[in-house]
Amino acid sequence: MSYRRPYRGTQPDYLFPPYASTVKRAPSQPLVVLPHTLSELTAPVFGYSDINPDDNDLTRQHKGEPLGERIVVSGRVLDENSRPLEGLLIEIWQANAAGRYNHRVDQHDAPLDPNFTGAGRAITNSEGRYRFVTIRPGEYPWRNHYNAWRPAHIHFSLFGPAIVTRLITQMYFPGDPLLEYDPMFTCVPDEKARNRLISLFDWETTIPEHALGYRFDIVLRGREATPMETPR
Amino acid sequence: MSLRATTSQTIGPYLRIGLEWMVIEDLAPQGVPGERVRIEGRIVDADGKPVNDAAVEIWQANSHGKYASAEDAQSNPLDSVFRGYGRSLTDDAGNFRFRTIKPGRVPGPEGSTQAPHVTVTIFMRGLLKQLQTRIYFADDPANAEDPVLALVPVERRPTLIAKKRADGALEWNVVLQGRNETVFFDF
Ligand SMILES: [Fe+2]
Repeated sequence: MSYRRPYRGTQPDYLFPPYASTVKRAPSQPLVVLPHTLSELTAPVFGYSDINPDDNDLTRQHKGEPLGERIVVSGRVLDENSRPLEGLLIEIWQANAAGRYNHRVDQHDAPLDPNFTGAGRAITNSEGRYRFVTIRPGEYPWRNHYNAWRPAHIHFSLFGPAIVTRLITQMYFPGDPLLEYDPMFTCVPDEKARNRLISLFDWETTIPEHALGYRFDIVLRGREATPMETPR
Repeated sequence: MSLRATTSQTIGPYLRIGLEWMVIEDLAPQGVPGERVRIEGRIVDADGKPVNDAAVEIWQANSHGKYASAEDAQSNPLDSVFRGYGRSLTDDAGNFRFRTIKPGRVPGPEGSTQAPHVTVTIFMRGLLKQLQTRIYFADDPANAEDPVLALVPVERRPTLIAKKRADGALEWNVVLQGRNETVFFDF
């Protein structure tokens, strides 16, 4: 049994010069194709005991409320075979409403918010669903090229059922004018794949007089329909 | 059947905000059976500059060759307090570190048995997707018959093997690009 290799154009290469940091960090030697052995087909198991029940609410981690627009970010985690993935640990982190990260390396001249750390965690339920309450992150400048700005985004980290399904990605917001200029968003040629990184405004999860809802579904690699391994 | 995996994106420079709460550099509390090992190393880029913003994650079997995962159907025993997962965030000098136990051997393809190894996943700014590699143990006779090492050109195999230092730690460094570039896998 093994996991399906990526569809053409849907996953980035290591070297992508428009994103300048890849130039000195991408491997230059050929990759060695790894068979999916037990070591690749297994992965650590996390659960509700690893997190606190309110870790998914980034607006209630301090005495006061963070500044900015409250939002609900929710969705489902499925594999490529449409199977919901239960019990997965999701970790998120993001900038505050002003586009500033609570991190010593971030020198952007925008205010920190004492009521916002910007980190959250959740475990998917039996339908693969997760839900976070947070504030809409601000756009921020970076030094990749002249006048470079990152579109608003939330970083997502997921563990799947196997080491080869481990995924770190970023969620974007619909209608962001910065997307087409962003070398991370445009790092793959497949336009449909890019667009799946954009969350959808979601009326269903919008809370009246409180918070707008955004839906972001995530798909992890799925197993091959037919076993690729040669018989033992 | 028809869905496609979400596109990977870089972890970026601010990974500590999201990942630091679960740094696990000591995988094997007292009482976990197995040979105790310290694995330490450094990550450098194409210019030999240390990478101070990487996340290094390891995954390994216990000393009986059993993974603490529902996907491992073998009957050999689990160790209740050994999860087999570690996470270290590199410091200003590009260093990461783990204290663990040497894993047992696990099955490989086509009825083979793999040499003891640790699976390594590396994320950092400048990587749009993770790097996947492995750590093997110097002087283990099983390395000679390992089915994955056998896929690696002979002259590049030493990049996957941790070497014992005078202080007893096992040293395993990562060179992202250039001379002595570490072997990375297409996974
Ligand atoms: Fe970011």
